[in-house]
Amino acid sequence: MIDKNAIIRVFHVHKRYGSKNALIDVTFDVAKNEFLFISGPNGAGKSSLLKLLYLAEGVSEGEILIDGINLSRISRKRIPLLRRKIGVIFQDFKLIPTKTVFENVALVLEVAGNKKHTIQKKVKRLLRAGGMEEKLDSYPAGLSSGEQQRVAFARAVAGDPKIILADEPTGSLDDESAGIILDILKKLHVLGTTVIIATHNKELIHTISARTIYLEKGRLKQDIPRTSKIISL
Amino acid sequence: MLFFVKQAIQDILSNSFLYGVTVITIAFLILIVSAFGLFFLNVDDMICSWKKEVRMMVYLKKDINENQLFDLKRKIKGISGISNATFISRDEALKYLKEQMKRQSSLLDNLEKNPLPDAFEITISQSIANPEKIESIATRVEVFPQVEDVEYGQRWIGRFINIFNLFRLAGFTMSCLFLMATVFIVANTIRLVLYSKREELEIMRIVGASNIFIKAPFYIVGILEGAVGGVIGIAGLFIAFSFISSSMEQTASSCIINIRFFPLSISCGIIFCSIFVAWLGCYFSLRQFLKV
Repeated sequence: MIDKNAIIRVFHVHKRYGSKNALIDVTFDVAKNEFLFISGPNGAGKSSLLKLLYLAEGVSEGEILIDGINLSRISRKRIPLLRRKIGVIFQDFKLIPTKTVFENVALVLEVAGNKKHTIQKKVKRLLRAGGMEEKLDSYPAGLSSGEQQRVAFARAVAGDPKIILADEPTGSLDDESAGIILDILKKLHVLGTTVIIATHNKELIHTISARTIYLEKGRLKQDIPRTSKIISL
Repeated sequence: MLFFVKQAIQDILSNSFLYGVTVITIAFLILIVSAFGLFFLNVDDMICSWKKEVRMMVYLKKDINENQLFDLKRKIKGISGISNATFISRDEALKYLKEQMKRQSSLLDNLEKNPLPDAFEITISQSIANPEKIESIATRVEVFPQVEDVEYGQRWIGRFINIFNLFRLAGFTMSCLFLMATVFIVANTIRLVLYSKREELEIMRIVGASNIFIKAPFYIVGILEGAVGGVIGIAGLFIAFSFISSSMEQTASSCIINIRFFPLSISCGIIFCSIFVAWLGCYFSLRQFLKV
Protein backbone atom coordinates (compact mmCIF):
# COMPACT_ATOMS: atom_id res chain seq x y z
CA MET A 1 0.00 0.00 0.00
CA ILE A 2 2.42 2.67 -1.30
CA ASP A 3 1.07 6.20 -1.26
CA LYS A 4 2.49 8.33 -4.11
CA ASN A 5 1.62 11.41 -2.12
CA ALA A 6 3.69 10.23 0.85
CA ILE A 7 6.02 12.69 2.57
CA ILE A 8 7.34 9.98 4.89
CA ARG A 9 7.94 6.34 3.98
CA VAL A 10 9.00 3.88 6.62
CA PHE A 11 9.97 0.60 4.97
CA HIS A 12 10.70 -2.59 6.97
CA VAL A 13 12.50 -0.63 9.66
CA HIS A 14 14.27 -2.33 12.53
CA LYS A 15 15.93 -0.51 15.39
CA ARG A 16 18.09 -2.33 17.89
CA TYR A 17 19.85 -1.06 21.02
CA GLY A 18 22.39 -3.77 21.70
CA SER A 19 20.39 -6.99 21.94
CA LYS A 20 17.10 -5.19 22.59
CA ASN A 21 14.72 -4.71 19.66
CA ALA A 22 13.00 -1.31 19.88
CA LEU A 23 11.35 -1.54 16.45
CA ILE A 24 10.71 -4.70 14.44
CA ASP A 25 9.85 -4.60 10.75
CA VAL A 26 7.79 -1.40 10.85
CA THR A 27 6.35 -0.25 7.51
CA PHE A 28 3.94 2.64 6.86
CA ASP A 29 3.56 5.80 4.80
CA VAL A 30 2.51 9.27 5.87
CA ALA A 31 0.82 11.44 3.25
CA LYS A 32 1.52 15.12 2.82
CA ASN A 33 -0.67 17.19 5.15
CA GLU A 34 -1.76 14.12 7.08
CA PHE A 35 -2.53 14.20 10.80
CA LEU A 36 -1.19 11.02 12.37
CA PHE A 37 -1.09 9.61 15.86
CA ILE A 38 1.53 7.05 16.81
CA SER A 39 0.10 5.25 19.78
CA GLY A 40 0.97 2.40 22.06
CA PRO A 41 1.94 1.66 25.63
CA ASN A 42 5.20 2.76 27.23
CA GLY A 43 8.16 0.97 25.65
CA ALA A 44 6.24 0.24 22.44
CA GLY A 45 8.82 2.09 20.33
CA LYS A 46 7.01 5.41 19.72
CA SER A 47 9.91 7.62 20.80
CA SER A 48 12.42 5.38 19.00
CA LEU A 49 10.42 5.79 15.81
CA LEU A 50 10.29 9.57 16.21
CA LYS A 51 14.05 9.68 16.84
CA LEU A 52 14.55 7.95 13.52
CA LEU A 53 12.25 10.43 11.82
CA TYR A 54 14.01 13.52 13.14
CA LEU A 55 17.41 11.94 12.38
CA ALA A 56 18.62 11.78 15.94
CA GLU A 57 19.45 8.13 15.30
CA GLY A 58 19.86 5.83 12.34
CA VAL A 59 17.96 2.67 11.48
CA SER A 60 19.49 -0.76 12.19
CA GLU A 61 17.80 -2.19 9.14
CA GLY A 62 15.30 -1.00 6.55
CA GLU A 63 14.82 2.40 4.96
CA ILE A 64 13.14 5.69 5.72
CA LEU A 65 12.41 8.30 3.08
CA ILE A 66 11.47 11.84 4.07
CA ASP A 67 10.38 14.21 1.32
CA GLY A 68 11.95 11.83 -1.19
CA ILE A 69 15.31 11.64 0.59
CA ASN A 70 16.55 8.25 1.75
CA LEU A 71 17.93 8.76 5.26
CA SER A 72 20.33 5.84 4.90
CA ARG A 73 22.02 7.47 1.91
CA ILE A 74 21.88 11.11 2.90
CA SER A 75 25.23 12.92 3.03
CA ARG A 76 26.25 14.51 6.33
CA LYS A 77 26.06 17.98 4.84
CA ARG A 78 22.42 17.52 3.86
CA ILE A 79 21.26 16.29 7.26
CA PRO A 80 20.88 19.80 8.78
CA LEU A 81 18.97 20.93 5.68
CA LEU A 82 16.53 18.04 6.07
CA ARG A 83 16.20 18.66 9.81
CA ARG A 84 15.11 22.22 9.05
CA LYS A 85 12.07 20.76 7.26
CA ILE A 86 11.03 19.06 10.50
CA GLY A 87 9.81 20.80 13.63
CA VAL A 88 10.11 18.71 16.79
CA ILE A 89 8.19 19.15 20.05
CA PHE A 90 9.22 17.21 23.15
CA GLN A 91 7.39 16.33 26.31
CA ASP A 92 10.20 17.91 28.34
CA PHE A 93 10.30 20.90 25.92
CA LYS A 94 14.10 20.76 25.49
CA LEU A 95 14.55 24.51 25.68
CA ILE A 96 18.12 25.75 26.11
CA PRO A 97 18.28 26.96 29.73
CA THR A 98 21.07 29.50 29.08
CA LYS A 99 19.12 31.24 26.32
CA THR A 100 16.15 33.56 26.69
CA VAL A 101 12.71 32.80 25.25
CA PHE A 102 13.54 35.01 22.27
CA GLU A 103 16.95 33.37 21.72
CA ASN A 104 15.50 29.87 21.94
CA VAL A 105 13.02 30.56 19.16
CA ALA A 106 15.49 32.66 17.14
CA LEU A 107 17.98 29.78 17.09
CA VAL A 108 15.99 27.94 14.41
CA LEU A 109 16.13 30.97 12.13
CA GLU A 110 19.77 31.68 12.95
CA VAL A 111 20.89 28.19 11.95
CA ALA A 112 19.02 28.63 8.68
CA GLY A 113 21.00 31.82 8.01
CA ASN A 114 18.13 34.33 8.22
CA LYS A 115 18.93 38.02 8.56
CA LYS A 116 18.73 39.72 11.93
CA HIS A 117 15.72 41.93 11.18
CA THR A 118 13.81 38.96 9.69
CA ILE A 119 14.54 36.95 12.84
CA GLN A 120 13.42 39.79 15.11
CA LYS A 121 10.18 40.24 13.20
CA LYS A 122 9.28 36.58 12.92
CA VAL A 123 10.16 35.55 16.47
CA LYS A 124 8.19 38.44 17.96
CA ARG A 125 5.21 37.58 15.77
CA LEU A 126 5.29 33.91 16.82
CA LEU A 127 5.66 34.69 20.50
CA ARG A 128 2.88 37.27 20.31
CA ALA A 129 0.63 34.62 18.75
CA GLY A 130 1.46 32.31 21.64
CA GLY A 131 0.82 35.05 24.20
CA MET A 132 4.47 35.14 25.19
CA GLU A 133 5.40 38.66 24.05
CA GLU A 134 5.79 39.79 27.67
CA LYS A 135 8.36 37.08 28.36
CA LEU A 136 10.79 37.59 25.48
CA ASP A 137 13.74 38.11 27.80
CA SER A 138 12.77 35.48 30.37
CA TYR A 139 14.74 32.29 30.78
CA PRO A 140 12.99 28.89 30.57
CA ALA A 141 13.49 28.26 34.27
CA GLY A 142 11.22 31.24 35.03
CA LEU A 143 8.30 29.91 32.93
CA SER A 144 5.43 27.57 33.76
CA SER A 145 5.15 24.21 31.93
CA GLY A 146 2.43 25.59 29.65
CA GLU A 147 4.54 28.62 28.80
CA GLN A 148 7.59 26.48 28.13
CA GLN A 149 5.56 24.28 25.80
CA ARG A 150 4.29 27.36 23.93
CA VAL A 151 7.90 28.51 23.47
CA ALA A 152 8.81 25.01 22.27
CA PHE A 153 5.93 25.23 19.79
CA ALA A 154 7.05 28.62 18.56
CA ARG A 155 10.53 27.17 18.05
CA ALA A 156 9.17 24.12 16.22
CA VAL A 157 7.16 26.18 13.73
CA ALA A 158 9.60 29.11 13.37
CA GLY A 159 11.35 27.54 10.39
CA ASP A 160 8.04 26.84 8.56
CA PRO A 161 8.62 23.08 8.61
CA LYS A 162 6.80 20.68 6.32
CA ILE A 163 6.49 18.16 9.14
CA ILE A 164 5.79 18.58 12.85
CA LEU A 165 6.80 15.69 15.12
CA ALA A 166 5.46 15.87 18.66
CA ASP A 167 6.56 13.41 21.34
CA GLU A 168 3.91 13.36 24.10
CA PRO A 169 3.29 17.10 23.60
CA THR A 170 0.64 17.35 26.29
CA GLY A 171 2.27 14.94 28.72
CA SER A 172 3.42 17.56 31.21
CA LEU A 173 0.52 19.97 30.78
CA ASP A 174 -2.79 20.59 32.52
CA ASP A 175 -6.02 20.10 30.53
CA GLU A 176 -6.33 23.77 29.55
CA SER A 177 -2.74 24.04 28.26
CA ALA A 178 -3.09 20.68 26.51
CA GLY A 179 -6.24 21.94 24.78
CA ILE A 180 -4.45 25.08 23.55
CA ILE A 181 -1.54 23.01 22.23
CA LEU A 182 -3.90 20.66 20.42
CA ASP A 183 -5.71 23.61 18.83
CA ILE A 184 -2.40 24.96 17.55
CA LEU A 185 -1.54 21.58 16.06
CA LYS A 186 -4.93 21.43 14.33
CA LYS A 187 -4.41 24.90 12.90
CA LEU A 188 -0.96 23.94 11.61
CA HIS A 189 -2.51 20.88 9.97
CA VAL A 190 -5.16 23.02 8.32
CA LEU A 191 -2.43 25.31 7.02
CA GLY A 192 -0.81 22.33 5.23
CA THR A 193 1.70 20.92 7.69
CA THR A 194 2.03 17.19 8.23
CA VAL A 195 1.56 16.53 11.93
CA ILE A 196 2.68 13.37 13.71
CA ILE A 197 1.99 12.98 17.39
CA ALA A 198 3.41 10.16 19.47
CA THR A 199 1.29 9.60 22.55
CA HIS A 200 -0.10 6.91 24.81
CA ASN A 201 -2.92 9.25 25.85
CA LYS A 202 -6.12 7.65 24.49
CA GLU A 203 -8.24 10.70 25.34
CA LEU A 204 -6.02 12.90 23.24
CA ILE A 205 -6.33 10.50 20.28
CA HIS A 206 -10.10 10.46 20.54
CA THR A 207 -10.45 14.24 20.48
CA ILE A 208 -9.31 14.40 16.87
CA SER A 209 -10.49 12.37 13.96
CA ALA A 210 -7.15 11.28 12.58
CA ARG A 211 -5.30 8.19 11.41
CA THR A 212 -3.59 6.25 14.19
CA ILE A 213 -0.88 3.65 14.02
CA TYR A 214 -0.59 1.45 17.05
CA LEU A 215 2.75 0.01 18.14
CA GLU A 216 3.26 -2.80 20.60
CA LYS A 217 6.61 -4.25 21.63
CA GLY A 218 8.22 -2.58 18.65
CA ARG A 219 5.81 -4.00 16.06
CA LEU A 220 3.12 -2.11 14.12
CA LYS A 221 -0.02 -3.81 15.35
CA GLN A 222 -2.77 -1.65 13.84
CA ASP A 223 -3.05 1.10 11.23
CA ILE A 224 -6.44 2.70 11.81
CA PRO A 225 -7.54 5.11 9.09
CA ARG A 226 -9.19 8.40 9.93
CA THR A 227 -12.66 7.47 8.87
CA SER A 228 -12.88 4.13 10.63
CA LYS A 229 -11.27 4.95 13.93
CA ILE A 230 -12.29 2.32 16.44
CA ILE A 231 -12.23 3.09 20.09
CA SER A 232 -10.63 -0.18 20.92
CA LEU A 233 -7.01 0.73 21.53
CA MET B 1 30.59 35.93 11.98
CA LEU B 2 29.52 38.49 14.57
CA PHE B 3 26.96 35.97 15.81
CA PHE B 4 29.67 33.35 16.35
CA VAL B 5 31.93 35.84 18.13
CA LYS B 6 29.01 36.79 20.38
CA GLN B 7 28.38 33.11 21.10
CA ALA B 8 32.08 32.57 21.83
CA ILE B 9 32.19 35.51 24.26
CA GLN B 10 29.04 34.28 26.01
CA ASP B 11 30.66 30.87 26.29
CA ILE B 12 33.86 32.33 27.74
CA LEU B 13 31.89 34.35 30.28
CA SER B 14 29.85 31.36 31.40
CA ASN B 15 32.96 29.16 31.73
CA SER B 16 35.38 31.92 32.74
CA PHE B 17 37.24 29.93 35.40
CA LEU B 18 37.87 26.94 33.14
CA TYR B 19 39.01 29.10 30.23
CA GLY B 20 41.06 31.34 32.57
CA VAL B 21 43.02 28.37 33.89
CA THR B 22 43.57 27.15 30.33
CA VAL B 23 44.87 30.55 29.19
CA ILE B 24 47.29 30.71 32.13
CA THR B 25 48.50 27.17 31.39
CA ILE B 26 49.01 28.02 27.71
CA ALA B 27 50.86 31.20 28.70
CA PHE B 28 53.13 29.27 31.06
CA LEU B 29 53.91 26.59 28.45
CA ILE B 30 54.54 29.20 25.74
CA LEU B 31 56.83 31.05 28.16
CA ILE B 32 58.89 27.90 28.76
CA VAL B 33 59.09 26.98 25.06
CA SER B 34 59.98 30.57 24.13
CA ALA B 35 62.62 30.71 26.87
CA PHE B 36 64.28 27.67 25.27
CA GLY B 37 64.04 29.40 21.89
CA LEU B 38 65.51 32.62 23.24
CA PHE B 39 68.40 30.80 24.88
CA PHE B 40 69.25 28.94 21.67
CA LEU B 41 68.88 32.10 19.59
CA ASN B 42 71.43 33.96 21.72
CA VAL B 43 73.86 31.05 21.94
CA ASP B 44 73.62 30.68 18.16
CA ASP B 45 74.43 34.38 17.80
CA MET B 46 77.42 33.94 20.07
CA ILE B 47 78.72 30.93 18.14
CA CYS B 48 78.28 32.80 14.85
CA SER B 49 80.28 35.76 16.14
CA TRP B 50 83.02 33.42 17.35
CA LYS B 51 83.09 31.66 14.02
CA LYS B 52 83.35 34.96 12.16
CA GLU B 53 86.49 36.07 13.96
CA VAL B 54 88.63 32.97 14.15
CA ARG B 55 92.09 33.96 15.36
CA MET B 56 95.07 31.80 16.08
CA MET B 57 98.11 32.75 18.10
CA VAL B 58 101.39 31.22 16.88
CA TYR B 59 104.04 31.54 19.60
CA LEU B 60 107.62 31.48 18.31
CA LYS B 61 110.80 30.04 19.70
CA LYS B 62 113.46 32.39 21.07
CA ASP B 63 116.30 33.88 19.01
CA ILE B 64 114.70 33.88 15.61
CA ASN B 65 116.31 36.27 13.19
CA GLU B 66 114.65 38.63 10.69
CA ASN B 67 115.15 36.33 7.72
CA GLN B 68 113.56 33.39 9.53
CA LEU B 69 110.66 35.59 10.55
CA PHE B 70 110.12 36.80 7.01
CA ASP B 71 110.35 33.23 5.71
CA LEU B 72 107.90 31.95 8.32
CA LYS B 73 105.39 34.73 7.60
CA ARG B 74 105.53 33.87 3.88
CA LYS B 75 104.98 30.18 4.60
CA ILE B 76 102.07 30.86 6.97
CA LYS B 77 100.34 33.18 4.50
CA GLY B 78 100.78 30.50 1.85
CA ILE B 79 98.56 28.09 3.74
CA SER B 80 95.06 28.09 2.26
CA GLY B 81 92.40 29.34 4.64
CA ILE B 82 94.64 31.95 6.29
CA SER B 83 93.64 35.47 5.33
CA ASN B 84 96.21 37.42 7.35
CA ALA B 85 99.22 36.98 9.62
CA THR B 86 100.40 39.87 11.80
CA PHE B 87 103.66 39.76 13.70
CA ILE B 88 103.44 40.82 17.36
CA SER B 89 106.80 41.30 19.01
CA ARG B 90 107.27 40.35 22.64
CA ASP B 91 107.55 44.04 23.59
CA GLU B 92 104.28 44.88 21.84
CA ALA B 93 102.66 41.91 23.57
CA LEU B 94 103.79 43.10 26.99
CA LYS B 95 102.55 46.63 26.26
CA TYR B 96 99.17 45.20 25.20
CA LEU B 97 99.03 43.04 28.31
CA LYS B 98 99.67 46.08 30.52
CA GLU B 99 96.84 47.93 28.78
CA GLN B 100 94.51 45.01 29.36
CA MET B 101 95.41 44.65 33.03
CA LYS B 102 94.83 48.36 33.76
CA ARG B 103 95.11 48.72 37.56
CA GLN B 104 97.04 45.47 38.00
CA SER B 105 99.60 46.50 35.35
CA SER B 106 102.00 47.63 38.12
CA LEU B 107 102.54 43.94 38.87
CA LEU B 108 104.36 43.66 35.56
CA ASP B 109 106.73 46.55 36.36
CA ASN B 110 108.79 44.39 38.68
CA LEU B 111 109.62 41.81 36.02
CA GLU B 112 113.36 41.58 35.32
CA LYS B 113 112.83 40.55 31.75
CA ASN B 114 109.87 40.18 29.37
CA PRO B 115 108.60 36.57 29.69
CA LEU B 116 106.38 36.77 26.61
CA PRO B 117 107.43 35.23 23.29
CA ASP B 118 107.23 36.77 19.82
CA ALA B 119 104.11 35.67 18.04
CA PHE B 120 102.04 35.79 14.88
CA GLU B 121 98.36 36.55 15.10
CA ILE B 122 96.68 34.63 12.30
CA THR B 123 93.23 35.48 10.98
CA ILE B 124 91.37 32.58 9.42
CA SER B 125 89.13 33.20 6.39
CA GLN B 126 85.44 33.52 7.26
CA SER B 127 84.66 30.70 4.83
CA ILE B 128 86.54 28.29 7.13
CA ALA B 129 84.01 27.75 9.90
CA ASN B 130 84.55 24.03 10.27
CA PRO B 131 86.46 23.09 13.47
CA GLU B 132 88.18 20.20 11.64
CA LYS B 133 89.57 22.52 8.96
CA ILE B 134 90.82 24.96 11.58
CA GLU B 135 92.45 22.06 13.39
CA SER B 136 94.25 21.00 10.19
CA ILE B 137 95.54 24.59 9.66
CA ALA B 138 96.85 24.61 13.24
CA THR B 139 98.61 21.28 12.67
CA ARG B 140 100.26 22.59 9.51
CA VAL B 141 101.51 25.69 11.33
CA GLU B 142 102.76 23.70 14.34
CA VAL B 143 105.18 21.69 12.20
CA PHE B 144 107.29 24.74 11.26
CA PRO B 145 110.57 24.56 13.22
CA GLN B 146 110.37 28.18 14.41
CA VAL B 147 107.00 27.57 16.05
CA GLU B 148 106.87 26.79 19.77
CA ASP B 149 103.12 26.50 20.22
CA VAL B 150 99.77 27.27 18.56
CA GLU B 151 96.76 28.36 20.53
CA TYR B 152 93.25 29.06 19.43
CA GLY B 153 89.82 29.10 21.05
CA GLN B 154 88.18 26.95 18.41
CA ARG B 155 89.37 23.78 20.09
CA TRP B 156 86.89 24.30 22.88
CA ILE B 157 84.33 25.96 20.57
CA GLY B 158 84.14 22.68 18.63
CA ARG B 159 83.45 20.80 21.82
CA PHE B 160 81.03 23.51 22.95
CA ILE B 161 79.10 23.25 19.67
CA ASN B 162 78.75 19.50 20.09
CA ILE B 163 77.40 19.88 23.62
CA PHE B 164 75.20 22.77 22.54
CA ASN B 165 73.73 20.65 19.73
CA LEU B 166 72.80 18.03 22.31
CA PHE B 167 71.12 20.74 24.38
CA ARG B 168 69.34 22.00 21.28
CA LEU B 169 67.99 18.52 20.57
CA ALA B 170 66.83 18.14 24.17
CA GLY B 171 65.26 21.62 24.07
CA PHE B 172 63.51 20.88 20.79
CA THR B 173 62.13 17.59 22.15
CA MET B 174 60.91 19.28 25.33
CA SER B 175 59.33 22.11 23.35
CA CYS B 176 57.48 19.56 21.23
CA LEU B 177 56.27 17.84 24.40
CA PHE B 178 55.13 21.16 25.88
CA LEU B 179 53.26 22.03 22.68
CA MET B 180 51.63 18.60 22.71
CA ALA B 181 50.66 19.22 26.33
CA THR B 182 49.06 22.51 25.22
CA VAL B 183 47.03 20.68 22.55
CA PHE B 184 45.95 18.15 25.16
CA ILE B 185 44.97 20.82 27.72
CA VAL B 186 42.94 22.85 25.22
CA ALA B 187 41.30 19.68 23.88
CA ASN B 188 40.30 18.70 27.41
CA THR B 189 38.92 22.13 28.24
CA ILE B 190 36.80 22.16 25.11
CA ARG B 191 35.72 18.57 25.82
CA LEU B 192 34.57 19.57 29.32
CA VAL B 193 32.60 22.50 27.91
CA LEU B 194 31.15 20.30 25.17
CA TYR B 195 30.15 17.74 27.76
CA SER B 196 28.45 20.38 29.91
CA LYS B 197 26.62 21.69 26.83
CA ARG B 198 25.79 18.34 25.25
CA GLU B 199 22.02 18.80 25.61
CA GLU B 200 22.18 22.27 24.14
CA LEU B 201 24.26 20.97 21.23
CA GLU B 202 21.79 18.14 20.71
CA ILE B 203 18.92 20.65 20.52
CA MET B 204 20.92 22.76 18.08
CA ARG B 205 21.38 19.72 15.88
CA ILE B 206 17.71 18.82 16.02
CA VAL B 207 16.70 22.29 14.88
CA GLY B 208 19.03 21.94 11.89
CA ALA B 209 22.30 23.55 12.96
CA SER B 210 25.16 22.53 10.71
CA ASN B 211 28.41 21.26 12.19
CA ILE B 212 30.11 24.52 11.19
CA PHE B 213 27.43 26.46 13.09
CA ILE B 214 28.06 24.38 16.21
CA LYS B 215 31.85 24.31 15.89
CA ALA B 216 32.56 27.94 14.95
CA PRO B 217 32.15 29.47 18.46
CA PHE B 218 34.44 26.78 19.92
CA TYR B 219 37.10 27.47 17.32
CA ILE B 220 36.84 31.19 18.09
CA VAL B 221 37.24 30.42 21.80
CA GLY B 222 40.26 28.22 21.02
CA ILE B 223 41.86 30.90 18.85
CA LEU B 224 41.25 33.53 21.54
CA GLU B 225 42.73 31.23 24.21
CA GLY B 226 45.80 30.62 22.05
CA ALA B 227 46.23 34.31 21.21
CA VAL B 228 45.80 35.57 24.78
CA GLY B 229 47.96 32.75 26.20
CA GLY B 230 50.64 33.41 23.57
CA VAL B 231 50.70 37.16 24.19
CA ILE B 232 50.87 36.69 27.98
CA GLY B 233 53.64 34.08 27.57
CA ILE B 234 55.75 36.32 25.30
CA ALA B 235 55.09 39.36 27.52
CA GLY B 236 56.18 37.35 30.58
CA LEU B 237 59.34 36.26 28.80
CA PHE B 238 60.07 39.85 27.74
CA ILE B 239 59.73 41.07 31.33
CA ALA B 240 62.07 38.31 32.54
CA PHE B 241 64.49 39.07 29.69
CA SER B 242 64.49 42.81 30.48
CA PHE B 243 65.25 42.04 34.11
CA ILE B 244 68.11 39.64 33.25
CA SER B 245 69.64 41.88 30.55
CA SER B 246 69.55 44.96 32.80
CA SER B 247 71.31 43.03 35.60
CA MET B 248 73.87 41.77 33.07
CA GLU B 249 74.58 45.32 31.94
CA GLN B 250 75.72 46.12 35.45
CA THR B 251 78.31 43.36 35.33
CA ALA B 252 81.34 42.76 33.13
CA SER B 253 79.59 39.88 31.36
CA SER B 254 77.84 42.36 29.04
CA CYS B 255 81.22 42.92 27.29
CA ILE B 256 81.50 39.21 26.49
CA ILE B 257 77.85 38.26 25.93
CA ASN B 258 75.54 40.48 23.96
CA ILE B 259 72.00 39.15 24.37
CA ARG B 260 68.90 40.18 22.46
CA PHE B 261 65.16 39.44 22.52
CA PHE B 262 63.21 37.85 19.68
CA PRO B 263 62.63 40.12 16.70
CA LEU B 264 58.98 41.12 16.18
CA SER B 265 58.54 38.54 13.40
CA ILE B 266 59.55 35.64 15.68
CA SER B 267 57.40 36.97 18.55
CA CYS B 268 54.41 37.08 16.19
CA GLY B 269 55.35 33.60 14.95
CA ILE B 270 55.26 32.25 18.50
CA ILE B 271 51.83 33.80 19.08
CA PHE B 272 50.59 32.28 15.81
CA CYS B 273 52.07 28.96 16.89
CA SER B 274 50.17 29.25 20.18
CA ILE B 275 46.97 30.03 18.25
CA PHE B 276 47.54 27.06 15.96
CA VAL B 277 48.19 24.70 18.86
CA ALA B 278 45.00 25.86 20.63
CA TRP B 279 43.05 25.51 17.39
CA LEU B 280 44.43 21.99 17.00
CA GLY B 281 43.21 21.14 20.52
CA CYS B 282 39.75 22.38 19.56
CA TYR B 283 39.86 20.45 16.31
CA PHE B 284 40.64 17.14 18.02
CA SER B 285 37.97 17.42 20.70
CA LEU B 286 35.29 18.70 18.30
CA ARG B 287 36.07 15.97 15.79
CA GLN B 288 35.71 13.36 18.49
CA PHE B 289 32.58 14.86 20.08
CA LEU B 290 30.65 15.65 16.91
CA LYS B 291 31.35 12.43 15.07
CA VAL B 292 27.69 11.50 14.67
